[in-house]
Amino acid sequence: MLNYDIVVIGGGPAGMAAALKAKECGVDSILILERAETLGGILEQCIHTGFGLHYFGEELSGPEYADRFISLVDEQKIEYKTDTMALEITENNVVYAVNKTDGLLEIQSKAVILAMGCRERPRGALNIAGSRASGVMSAGTAQKYVNIDGYMPGKKVVILGSGDIGLIMARRMTLEGAEVKVVCELMPYSSGLTRNIVQCLDDFNIPLRLSCTVIGIHGKDRVEGVTIANVDENRRPIPGTEEYIECDTLLLSVGLIPENELTRAVGIELDPVTSGAVVDENRETSHNGVFACGNVLHVHDLVDYVTLESQTAGEGAARYVLGGNNEPEYITTKGVNGVRYIVPQKVNIKNDGDVKLYFRVGQVYKNAKTVVKYNGEEIISKKRPRLAPGEMESVIIKNDMLKGFAEGGIIEISVEE
Amino acid sequence: MQKNIICVACPMGCGVTVELDDNGTIVSVTGNTCKRGDAYARTEITNPVRSLATTVKVEGGVFNVVPCKSSGALPKDKVFDCMEVINSVCAKAPVKLGDVLVSDILGTGIDIVATNHCPIK
Ligand SMILES: Cc1cc2nc3c(=O)[nH]c(=O)nc-3n(C[C@H](O)[C@H](O)[C@H](O)COP(=O)(O)OP(=O)(O)OC[C@H]3O[C@@H](n4cnc5c(N)ncnc54)[C@H](O)[C@@H]3O)c2cc1C
Ligand code: SF4
Repeated sequence: MLNYDIVVIGGGPAGMAAALKAKECGVDSILILERAETLGGILEQCIHTGFGLHYFGEELSGPEYADRFISLVDEQKIEYKTDTMALEITENNVVYAVNKTDGLLEIQSKAVILAMGCRERPRGALNIAGSRASGVMSAGTAQKYVNIDGYMPGKKVVILGSGDIGLIMARRMTLEGAEVKVVCELMPYSSGLTRNIVQCLDDFNIPLRLSCTVIGIHGKDRVEGVTIANVDENRRPIPGTEEYIECDTLLLSVGLIPENELTRAVGIELDPVTSGAVVDENRETSHNGVFACGNVLHVHDLVDYVTLESQTAGEGAARYVLGGNNEPEYITTKGVNGVRYIVPQKVNIKNDGDVKLYFRVGQVYKNAKTVVKYNGEEIISKKRPRLAPGEMESVIIKNDMLKGFAEGGIIEISVEE
Repeated sequence: MQKNIICVACPMGCGVTVELDDNGTIVSVTGNTCKRGDAYARTEITNPVRSLATTVKVEGGVFNVVPCKSSGALPKDKVFDCMEVINSVCAKAPVKLGDVLVSDILGTGIDIVATNHCPIK
């Protein structure tokens, strides 16, 4: 059996930032486990620029952003094992993992940081009628084919879902000579960033059809076309609006789900809205000494926020290992009236710093207010010119405010128009 | 003539209207919430630029391609011509992050640089 103070599962931006922070806080015995051949996570395939604007004040590509952290991991001599898949964590924080050189690894750890990222919702989650022809894949899979394997998966493309990965892939495939015929979005708004709609679709005259979905896939061995239709306010296809579109590829960009099989298996409490663990402000889960950060906790749109959150988790794990934790007294947080979720879901009022609450709204609002209430009483109110589901919002609860709260209290955040 | 564009300088995404006279000179910029929108709209009308990120083929590397980007923004109407140039070159492994793969592409003064490493197979 191997022994470490902290085992980090996942070597993407979340895992690396958490490990680096824990090291900075004085923990030396750290091991990162990464399933892929290299560290870097999903960023390795996100070759477009736009990463790091907040954190580094520069527009980097995904691989460049990851490389800065990979270099630091090397510099700090943090141990990692690539091509290594974590299989299980136990009640006592023993991590089982497997790779070709070591076989099965049994690692006793004082603290575990979950940083497994997320994966794309597969076609199965969608229920589109039609054949199982090849040419249907997630936008992220296509991104890997094009940007890592250097292989174009199709020439005439329809994209379902207007999340950022779908938009980015519309541009990428167009640049490589494919014809992207249309991007269909089920909702009446796009969950992608406005700048991506402008620079990835409008620039290339790719139509974006809102309140529209794919209802059928045609073709035997290979996709030959799809049928799209408009949907009503209940997201049901409207008869008579069907339209056939010839294509050889259908990309699905219909959302990401945190990869929490390991988390679920050990019985850690999950939030049904985020599909990630329920955590406190240090990102500690319901299981003592197990922390979670990055996309495995909740889906982030900006990697910069992943880095910041993971540093919080790394610091929390270090404090746990070094024994600086007091007996916590928790208050809970709750999103109401337009706020879908808040992370962290609970806050220790004995914490001696300020606490930042991150949240997401469920629809687009213009000129609205976000209101924070403690036990029903308004404590913070902020005007927001624009709120959108695609952009994470945050609010800081100052420490002196926190000190005035009592165990069991509730913080609610809402949108008021 | 009127041109409607969306400012992407910040997440607000304001709709900005640019009024042009017959010579194509900008007469007015309206709809922007702040000064940055004015500046964005003017460059977008007179000299639209875009940064480009793509891949370059690699010979003898662990990967078939290495990602790259333009060192600065390129004239928007040259983006597809640049793609053609980039797709015609082949780098030799090892490629290091920051290596210049195409210098001064199409006389724009902009280089195409590698944004990741690609070691020898
Ligand atoms: C296809 C796709 C495209 C994206 N594009 C963008 C974008 O353009 N811009 C942007 O800002 N954000 C983008 N994102 C979001 C982006 O993923 C996050 O910003 C950031 O990469 C999340 O970091 P992470 O470390 O939490 O997750 P990841 O980067 O996904 O890293 C998780 C790592 O954990 C590893 N792992 C998982 N399970 C195990 C296990 N059991 N054992 C060992 N290792 C494991 C994975 O191999 C992976 O390397 C994209 C996400 C996806 C899925
Ligand atoms: S005009 Fe100003 S506020 Fe509006 S999108 Fe542009 S930068 Fe943002």
